[in-house]
Amino acid sequence: MSNSTTTARRRGKARLMQGNLAIAEGAIAGGLGFFASYPITPANEIATFLSRALPKRGGVFIQMEDEIASLSAVIGASIGGLKAATATSGPGFSLMQESIGYAAAVEIPCVIIDVQRAGPSTGMPGGPAQGDVMQSRWGTHGDHPIIVLCPSSVREAYELTIHAFNLSEQYRTPVILLTDEVLARMSETVEMPLPQVKVIGRLHPEVPPEWYFPYDNAEGDVPPLVSFGHGYRYHITGLFHDKSGFPTSRPDEIDAWQERLFLKIDGNVEQIARIEEEEMEDAEMVIVAYGSTARSARHAMRQARKANKRVGLVRLVTIWPFHDAAIERVARSAKRIVVPEMNRGQILREVERASRGKTDVVGVNRADGEMVTPAQIMAALEV
Amino acid sequence: MEYTVPEHEYLRPHKKFPSVWCAGCGIGTVLGAIIRAVRSLNLSKDKIAMISGIGCTGRMPVYVDFNTMHTTHGRALAFATGLKLARPDMEVIVVMGDGDALAIGGNHFIHAARRNIELTAIVVNNRIYGMTGGQLSPTTPVGDRATTAPYGQIEQAFDIAKIAEASGAAFVARSTTYHAIELDRLIARGIQKKGFSVIEVLTQCPVGYGQLNQTGDAVEMLKWFRDNTTAARGKVPSGKIVRGVLVDCDIPGYVESYQKLMKTSKKRT
Ligand SMILES: Cc1ncc(C[n+]2csc(CCOP(=O)(O)OP(=O)(O)O)c2C)c(N)n1
Ligand code: SF4
Repeated sequence: MSNSTTTARRRGKARLMQGNLAIAEGAIAGGLGFFASYPITPANEIATFLSRALPKRGGVFIQMEDEIASLSAVIGASIGGLKAATATSGPGFSLMQESIGYAAAVEIPCVIIDVQRAGPSTGMPGGPAQGDVMQSRWGTHGDHPIIVLCPSSVREAYELTIHAFNLSEQYRTPVILLTDEVLARMSETVEMPLPQVKVIGRLHPEVPPEWYFPYDNAEGDVPPLVSFGHGYRYHITGLFHDKSGFPTSRPDEIDAWQERLFLKIDGNVEQIARIEEEEMEDAEMVIVAYGSTARSARHAMRQARKANKRVGLVRLVTIWPFHDAAIERVARSAKRIVVPEMNRGQILREVERASRGKTDVVGVNRADGEMVTPAQIMAALEV
Repeated sequence: MEYTVPEHEYLRPHKKFPSVWCAGCGIGTVLGAIIRAVRSLNLSKDKIAMISGIGCTGRMPVYVDFNTMHTTHGRALAFATGLKLARPDMEVIVVMGDGDALAIGGNHFIHAARRNIELTAIVVNNRIYGMTGGQLSPTTPVGDRATTAPYGQIEQAFDIAKIAEASGAAFVARSTTYHAIELDRLIARGIQKKGFSVIEVLTQCPVGYGQLNQTGDAVEMLKWFRDNTTAARGKVPSGKIVRGVLVDCDIPGYVESYQKLMKTSKKRT
């Protein structure tokens, strides 16, 4: 615990918060109006909190019959004009994939919180993991871009939840908040006041209904979305669609739409992808980490620094879209990049790809339901 | 004699016709009935949403000038649940094929009924999977043929109305595409009902079900609906399928109950 935190707590300016509750509170601060989910460990605390808090604030909480229904209802509520979210873990996240693809294709904002647990299958419900990294990117069929955020602390979980809602509206896309069992279940002292994040609402079109096209490429990367029931009657379909939203099989129309779909996210990597660097000025060895593993990574980095080793940390707050350029920059100067993850090497491959062979990339992996320890990372740094 | 008329005002003007449906398909008749029901209730087009799943029936919303959404296979009721809770002032009409509503979507169907959520669910029951090429459906009668039941269906067929009733729907009705005027009225009553309403419509699929089962063309299939169904109450002639309102009861709808819950939650700490 840092000195400032201790002082803050002494002055009563800090709160002990659990990760899942920080997410639930962050969702409310981010404007959440609708939450639907199905019970699953280790995400349950989010629903428990919201079932109590939302109705008081005029919001809707509903426990659906499964995760497919949960995300479908979330998308329905979003097109009804509410900011909407669901929370789940591995098995439920798998069930949601078709609907994630639907939301991406029809460009309806929504937030999906996936508290990762060890898998595949039922795995270890109470064991942490980061095994859904690739599923969060490629889990649904077909090509589509996505935004995925990975908080590393309770305070950041709160802030990134608000940010997730903002990004989903700004880019008309599903946004996945990918946390893990460690962060979800641990309680941490959070300095007060909580981060203030400006809440972004839905862009409303400036044109009258007759001129409105929900998928108009001429409107820029992100055409405004009107919720149902405001006089702008239009069609939404998961079939390939033209600018008005009606099905099309014309390759030129499909191509133009897909170009825009990718451009709005991949073309805005610099704006979307958050990367935090620590002790990177003179770093020779670099740890690239995300989520709760970044905590072990920071610890390892500090230990190494104490031993006068030039070790830096690059923390991926946003894992998708992947910030290729940032990693390539690091690869140019680093002698080695170490990538610790609670999986068998998922972001590792991305780091290798983005490094373009310019440096040595080493993974530190475990998927046994235990955290990667600082000692394991130190060993990979050979310090 | 009473006859039905097309209501062009509710159809989308551009580019959508001719429809995707085969000649003689009954889905268009159901669409016509929905539109006439909406008109008879004088509902604003802005306040109506039509949500569908996937299948030949799933293509219905594209033609109507409402707020329309073609979702994923089986999940239309779940999408509609979210929309209705976000916009309780809108009338949400859900159209589904029999496979969409009762095979892949069966779980959502029984739970929407159990919640008694204020949606109008119209199940176009052609007793087969139309879109994918005539595979067996949960409503294919025993002995009938399907492309995946070349020796005849051996599974029992679901009785959609009974499932809806047992699961808690406030309003359940059945009609056919032969009885279009009756259908208009049943749909209108379903829309007006506060609670989950289910209207099952026996619909001809002459290309899939019809050809596989040598029923004759669309006209023959319509005649079959005429001759094998009854609006009789009480003692039903044997072998006949009952049409009309099968369930109509007053139980609180989900949205209504939720709104009450919101009020009481504010009083609690
Ligand atoms: C998840 C999923 N599984 C399968 C399909 C393929 N599929 C499309 S329509 C359909 C069934 C259509 O039959 P029904 O629901 O009875 O509607 P109809 O076409 O007869 O109106 C199936 C299986 C799909 N689109 N999605
Ligand atoms: S396959 Fe059957 S249900 Fe589908 S459009 Fe043709 S006739 Fe209608």
